[in-house]
Amino acid sequence: MANKVYSDAKSALEGFTFDGMTVMSGGFGLCGIPENLIIALRDSEVKAITVISNNAGVDGWGLGMLLETKQIKKMISSYVGENKEFARQFLAGELELEFNPQGTLAERCRAGGAGIAGFYTKTGVGTLVAEGKETKVFNGETYVLETGLVADLSIVKAWKGDEEGNLIFRKTARNFNPMMATAGKKCVAEVEILVPTGELDPDAIHTPGIYVDRIVKGSFEKRIEQRTVRQRENA
Amino acid sequence: MAWSRDQLAQRAAKELRDGFYVNLGIGIPTLVANYIPEGMEVTLQSENGMLGMGPFPYEDEVDADLINAGKQTITALKKTSYFSSSDSFAMIRGGHIDLSILGAMEVNDRGDLANWMVPGKMVKGMGGAMDLVAGVKRVVVVMEHTSKDGASKLLTQCTLPLTGVNVVDLVITDLGVFEIDKHGSQPMKLLELADGVSLEEITAKTQAAFVSALR
Repeated sequence: MANKVYSDAKSALEGFTFDGMTVMSGGFGLCGIPENLIIALRDSEVKAITVISNNAGVDGWGLGMLLETKQIKKMISSYVGENKEFARQFLAGELELEFNPQGTLAERCRAGGAGIAGFYTKTGVGTLVAEGKETKVFNGETYVLETGLVADLSIVKAWKGDEEGNLIFRKTARNFNPMMATAGKKCVAEVEILVPTGELDPDAIHTPGIYVDRIVKGSFEKRIEQRTVRQRENA
Repeated sequence: MAWSRDQLAQRAAKELRDGFYVNLGIGIPTLVANYIPEGMEVTLQSENGMLGMGPFPYEDEVDADLINAGKQTITALKKTSYFSSSDSFAMIRGGHIDLSILGAMEVNDRGDLANWMVPGKMVKGMGGAMDLVAGVKRVVVVMEHTSKDGASKLLTQCTLPLTGVNVVDLVITDLGVFEIDKHGSQPMKLLELADGVSLEEITAKTQAAFVSALR
């Protein structure tokens, strides 16, 4: 019997990692990041990784941990503003960086997972990100050709999952996770709640289990980058 | 006298219309949410995957799974929906958002915008800004008129790497409001002066050419 359920993040990555690999990692900022699998990736000591992720975590947490251990050779991201070590390594020439507009990055992952080799977008026309890329005019407007992205491994985080690998995300923790789940040659998902097959409403499933090779129940810190609150007015 | 951050946000809020779907950038643009006119229905989109953004949470409502694009904790509304990043940018790129209000480092009189990096000094990244300016129906920039060293940020030619070419419709600075004919050849027009700012002052502090259309 095929089994997708693994007991911990370390065993869930076994056989899926190798030096020089490309990894997609879901999440936006620290929201919806596969925190257990990132730690397991660090502990695997795999080197020279190309990481595709919107951000690079913060100093000391999320993908920031893999920057500190110098396991990342190259990042493909849209925004790295909150990570000092990231900026330092990039400006010192220790880290390669390919900036992608956020929507282009999302669509490249979606396209990669859907077998679409490339697509034309208006985003970035006339800017650095379009340099060296083919352009084409449609209805009088210029579009730039962007390619689909695939990874050797994608690591994603969902709220609920079942033994089949069906996934449900929660609130804005969904972000890049669904597309990245489709675009990894292998995909490992970590979830807060793992239920027996049949307990999820089939109409509510965001990512069908076909995309998920392995699933593991994690424990989560769920750190918050900007805790902004308002005060209750006294009645 | 020039406009304060809150006055800038207040002026930008005048660009809102009833029924609009709006994306607000980080910084002063976020403050625009505080000045949505009474009785006007505006739905805020957050590009990390949410439509119908509510106010900041009370301490006991904070949810790590519910943040805006500035990574700030926020709340949902009755009308809220959540979606993936690719759905979010389909909304943005596909022209379904009415208005984007965002900050800038430089703008030129043809509507070119630079707001994502300073080579060799600052690497932040464009985030969703390039998609927003390429796809949203109307783009309004809110920024300080000059940089910290006093240089004009309204230029004939941007010097920093661009976010978009011919994308900005309106620029609101602490000194005044300018309209840009981004797809045409009309000169940039000065529409309004901030309180206590003279035409002489704004002319002296603006490198780009403009014509006065003050009423």
